[in-house]
Amino acid sequence: MSKENTITIDNKQFAFKAGETILEVAKRNNIFIPTLCHLKETTPTGACRICIVEVKGARDLVPSCAAPAVSGMFVRSESPEVIKARKNIIQLMLASGNHNCAIRKFEPDDWTSFHLKVLKEDNYNELCPVWGDCKLQDLAYRYQVVTKLLPVSLSKYPMETVNPFIIRDFSRCILCGRCVQACREIQVNNAIDFGYRGAKAKIVAGADVPLKDSDCVFCGECVQVCPVGALIPKETFKNKKRFEKTETVRTTCSYCGVGCQMELTVQDNKIVEINGAEDVEPNRGSLCVKGRYGYDFVASPERLTTPLIKKNGKLEEASWDEALGLVAARFTEIKTKHGADLMGVLTSARVTNEDNYIAQKFTRSVLKTNNIDHCARL
Amino acid sequence: MTNTIADIETADVILVTGSNTTENHPVLSTFIKRAALKGNTVIVVDPRKIKLTEHSQNWLRPNPGTDIAWINGLMNVIIQEKLHNSEFIKNRTEGFEAIQESVKLYTPEYVEKITGIPAHDIIETARLFAKADKASICYCMGITQHTCGTDNVKSLANLSMLCGHLGKAGGGVNPLRGQNNVQGACDMGGLPNVFTAYQKVDDPNAIKKYEAFWNITGLSNKPGLAVTEMIHKAEKGEFKSLYIIGENPLVSDPDLNHAEKGFRNLEFLVVQDIFLTETAKIADVVLPSFCFAEKNGTFSNTERRVQRVRKAVEAPGFAREDWKITCEIATRMGTNMHYNSAEEIFKEIRQVTPSYAGITWERIEKVGIHWPCPTVDHPGTPILHTTKFTRGKGLFHAIHHQPPAELTDEKYPLVLTTGRVLYHYHTGSMTMKSDGLNEMSPECFVEISQNDAAKLDIVDGEMVNVFSRRGKIKAKLSISSKAVDGTVFIPFHFAKAAANRLTNAKIDPVAKIPEFKVCAITIQKAA
Repeated sequence: MSKENTITIDNKQFAFKAGETILEVAKRNNIFIPTLCHLKETTPTGACRICIVEVKGARDLVPSCAAPAVSGMFVRSESPEVIKARKNIIQLMLASGNHNCAIRKFEPDDWTSFHLKVLKEDNYNELCPVWGDCKLQDLAYRYQVVTKLLPVSLSKYPMETVNPFIIRDFSRCILCGRCVQACREIQVNNAIDFGYRGAKAKIVAGADVPLKDSDCVFCGECVQVCPVGALIPKETFKNKKRFEKTETVRTTCSYCGVGCQMELTVQDNKIVEINGAEDVEPNRGSLCVKGRYGYDFVASPERLTTPLIKKNGKLEEASWDEALGLVAARFTEIKTKHGADLMGVLTSARVTNEDNYIAQKFTRSVLKTNNIDHCARL
Repeated sequence: MTNTIADIETADVILVTGSNTTENHPVLSTFIKRAALKGNTVIVVDPRKIKLTEHSQNWLRPNPGTDIAWINGLMNVIIQEKLHNSEFIKNRTEGFEAIQESVKLYTPEYVEKITGIPAHDIIETARLFAKADKASICYCMGITQHTCGTDNVKSLANLSMLCGHLGKAGGGVNPLRGQNNVQGACDMGGLPNVFTAYQKVDDPNAIKKYEAFWNITGLSNKPGLAVTEMIHKAEKGEFKSLYIIGENPLVSDPDLNHAEKGFRNLEFLVVQDIFLTETAKIADVVLPSFCFAEKNGTFSNTERRVQRVRKAVEAPGFAREDWKITCEIATRMGTNMHYNSAEEIFKEIRQVTPSYAGITWERIEKVGIHWPCPTVDHPGTPILHTTKFTRGKGLFHAIHHQPPAELTDEKYPLVLTTGRVLYHYHTGSMTMKSDGLNEMSPECFVEISQNDAAKLDIVDGEMVNVFSRRGKIKAKLSISSKAVDGTVFIPFHFAKAAANRLTNAKIDPVAKIPEFKVCAITIQKAA
């Protein structure tokens, strides 16, 4: 290991590639450095400063997401000074808005009474919608930052709910800017940005209009990257039962041909949330409005649940045995009477390869015709 | 696609034509927009002022149905200014002399007359494209849904070969496929002329191979009919039965008034679907099936990547998996067809499909693999044609401009082009079940330019009747900056105002694709 391209983090030497940041080197080597505003593949902003580390010889603590690794650098990722500064940052963030994270030193209690005590003390009647799934809360626990006795600032801006997909709760926004990065540098929809200054700072859409009146196309990238409860998927908030078991299933989106990889969150045999699968080609975590929010059809009451047979001009419910028997009999009859070349099959660009293979095998080997096609052209 | 989705972002120049990418392939469009953000050049050639034009350096606006002319125009300038890649042409292609001759006619001035694109834009674009180290072409249905669709695609291939932009990273000719598994449906032989992996049904060797593998005799060596041809025959009573799996042609087919007659004329129609679609409503038997979230299997995406589909929830009621229903029909017709799982079917697919032979479910557990992938130790093929083309040398085709099948006249003075919007998908049978998507895009609209609306003396939001030589629909007028004078856009999603009552069923003679992108219409204020 030549000295030219190594840095030392927590007394261990690591090689790095030119241009890599301290954070990237640390992450690659499984050294924990907390981040909030940092978003992969975008320009580091150093806005939240939670990723600060101690660099020997530097006057101040250094934000590791924006600082390039320099040969011979000596870094401490979690020194007492770093911990103290991080505690401070977290405390300020918690105080900056509505963060009833229930971080308390109550006596061991059952969950309900603990919860009620916290709500009472915080003077809230609702628990944060991302309680238990919040990066800020995780950090508050890790660094044991207690919210008790912190004055809770009320948001200067009301919650926005006037669109079908996303709830914007400004009272929980920590202004980390990840949503802005996601919107401007990943999806490049340029719908949102920082607006106003100082204490009035706010993430605004267009000229501070509701999302639905802006350039927003509801891809939900901002919701997926929001580390706190400032951006919430509306349907999930409505349908997902909190603190109850969910399952996550990775699959391929069923809309266009891009084939985005996604994670379905399932609860009680129902999809309650969809997120892009991170770090996987072809979509690297991104989705569009249809892929992310267009899943109602799966559990729609309009789904067909039983075979139907037309009788006296009307479709009536039938058993599988009756329906399949009729189809097989009529196909056989038409084949005998008119020949297979007057019969056809339309398979589908919507079903799996396996379904398609069986459809063409059926057409060619059972019906004995090549009259098979699908809507590739439509 | 010859190249991958991620590869697009690495191109110096990206030429996007006939693709409203931000609405139809939103996630893929992020790769193009990010490239533009980094300073790479994006050129959009499209009759509509689509969103992507806001990210592009140049927007060229051809009259609908004049693609061959502008592509030939670019080649004319490239050859004239000696910007073509002689090395690539010599080593990798044949037939250059033919196009050298054929594009002579297409001077920028001549092309301007046909396409309406200013001559200097043709010259500038030609230079940008030819001089780029890596230039990618992305196209979609705006190129293919024409009676000259095949020739349009061949023209784009000519252009790419001329500059040596094929077979390398950041280059390629990239069709953006519109449906989740349209690539897979084609790969699996869901086409009238080929078995899996495009093995021709009239090739005696392919027949022999399949007969031996399926352990049967008497496979037909006669290429079958395309869907457009089946419906045409059905209308005349010359086609008797159809088994439709997961499609809704009664909204998506061209010239619906005629298509509808064809479907109703069938002796026996079976529809297998997840909803009672417009097509299912007229079926003799409807069979309820699984949706993607209830299935195990694979989809193949637009970049030929074979990816896993996994079951997340149980299907409702008595619904059954598509392949199981088909197998059961086969078995009841006397040919025993039985599989224990979708994976067992995939294993069979690998044995008769050389391009899938090396792909196993285990290998694609985390990340999909691009076909061709002939063996289990083959990494897959992200970029096609790197050393040679499928036929050996790339063949240039001399192609001339052909006008669309239907032209405007005094009675039908406007051009209609159809397509999709961001918030809906195809015939809407899935997306229209989401209140949110319906709220964002509640109904059909007729997108028109300010000037054309003024000429008709109709204001934004007013109801209009739209007539073509084949049909009529009623929808809301929407004045839009996306529209250009003379051209009107209507999305085809909405069964209540089905744009396909207006469209022309004239098809491309080779690909049999209908000309959805050009037909003549007229608009009147609705009473």
